[in-house]
Amino acid sequence: MSQSRVAFIAAAASLMGRDLRLALRRAGDSLLPLGFFIVVTTLYPLALDPSLSSLRDIAPAALWVGALLSSLLALDLLFRDDAQDGALEQLALCGQSFAGLLLAKTAVHWLLTGLPLVLVAPLIAITLGAPYAAMAGILAALLLGTVALSLIGAVGAGLTLSLRRNGPLLALLVLPLAVPVLIFGARATALAVQGEPIAAPLYLLAAIAVLFATLSPWALAAAVRIGLE
Amino acid sequence: MAWVWFHRFGSPPHFYRLARRLAPWFGWPAVILCVAGLIGGLVLAPPDYQQGDGFRIIYVHAPAAWLSLMVYVVMATSAAVGLIWRMNVAHAVAASCAPIGASFTALALATGMLYGRPMWGTYWEWDPRLTSELLLLFLYLGYMALRSAIDDVARADRASAVLAIVGVVDVPIIHYSVIWWNSLHQAPTVMKFGRPSMPASMLVPLLLMLAGFTFYFGALLLTRARGEILRRERNAHWISAALEES
Amino acid sequence: MNISHFLAMGGYAVYVWPSYGLTATVVGLNIFWARRSLRQAQREARRRLAALKLAASS
Repeated sequence: MSQSRVAFIAAAASLMGRDLRLALRRAGDSLLPLGFFIVVTTLYPLALDPSLSSLRDIAPAALWVGALLSSLLALDLLFRDDAQDGALEQLALCGQSFAGLLLAKTAVHWLLTGLPLVLVAPLIAITLGAPYAAMAGILAALLLGTVALSLIGAVGAGLTLSLRRNGPLLALLVLPLAVPVLIFGARATALAVQGEPIAAPLYLLAAIAVLFATLSPWALAAAVRIGLE
Repeated sequence: MAWVWFHRFGSPPHFYRLARRLAPWFGWPAVILCVAGLIGGLVLAPPDYQQGDGFRIIYVHAPAAWLSLMVYVVMATSAAVGLIWRMNVAHAVAASCAPIGASFTALALATGMLYGRPMWGTYWEWDPRLTSELLLLFLYLGYMALRSAIDDVARADRASAVLAIVGVVDVPIIHYSVIWWNSLHQAPTVMKFGRPSMPASMLVPLLLMLAGFTFYFGALLLTRARGEILRRERNAHWISAALEES
Repeated sequence: MNISHFLAMGGYAVYVWPSYGLTATVVGLNIFWARRSLRQAQREARRRLAALKLAASS
């Protein structure tokens, strides 16, 4: 492996370690989006007929709308603190690939906010009437979906970095772009709940995730650089 | 050779004067084409077999929808050019596109709803076209909201350029995911325009209207872009001379 | 082809004519906005240049 690649991996690893340690020191912050997800999905049975058979029909929608909204909420944790104390600028200047380091930050962010959501989702799904056989499909769909949402959301977070009270603006920017994720993810979840094969929408969802992963290095670096000015 | 033309076109004083001279060359053809299209579409074309005279809404709905999409692509392309080559003229063009594109997307939605009411029985259906137009409107609004949230014009240009580029890559994906989603739920789509089976008497006026609206957009763009350039070239020497002329 | 037949649009008049009216409105508004935006920018530019000249001469 080349010198520069080793150096980059070392830098990324130490950055990810630092982010993890900082986040674990204030674990409450990272758990807030998860709490939000649980509360929001609890609202649906309260707002509807709580019989499990009718909840089963709206379970995919409830899970995915909840996931979208709580991932939007979580984006605040991604860049804001580091932008305020100048750590992001240091990353831009340190000589390593800025895009790569930002992706590393996004990966840690997903581990802290997206992954817990994926792991809790089966429990929520059960409370919404989903059969046990659907769990694997729900896990797979939300895994791919939350990764895709983290990637596209990070670009939005970068663009709105310097703006105060940008929650609604971030939602307006990211949600339309995330519609394909919602469409394919919710469809895969719905098929899983009905016990049908989910390969088609799942592959399409994976394709979206790959596309976002390909696009995001450039978009993230450009967006954060502009946001830091 | 093309680069010389490219860089001359990108020079703000040159563009400012050229846009003023070119605008009538877009405006008057637009008027002629639209008048011809309207006569052909409203008077000469026979009523449709299924939709009667109601199908004539297409002569305004299709140009609006065409404009909504084309303007977004122009916006994203010029934003990309402005970002890559750091051209104020390109950023001015992108900024000019947004309000035009947003208003015609809203018009496409409104005329789409008026078209849908007699054909489907309801003003709204979640069919692919209307849903895509709605999402496109959100993309325009997000672009304009981001621009207005950033005070510095140059930074707003660059941030919204990144957004527009990400958006234009996503637009075909959004469109096809909506078509895919819609095919699962079998919503009726009576808007069968665009198929080559349209007879010439109906198709020709439609093409005339599409061309006319395109020229109209060109004239609008040139006018708006001149103002946007003035806002970006704050104290440049050429401005006082140019202002005398216009 | 008489005028009332034309205006009735085979019964669809209440949908067709508002569509054309809305279109004419949006087309007209855009022309108005574009020209107003240019005029405002020209006015601001003149004001800026005048202020600069004032500052330079003082």
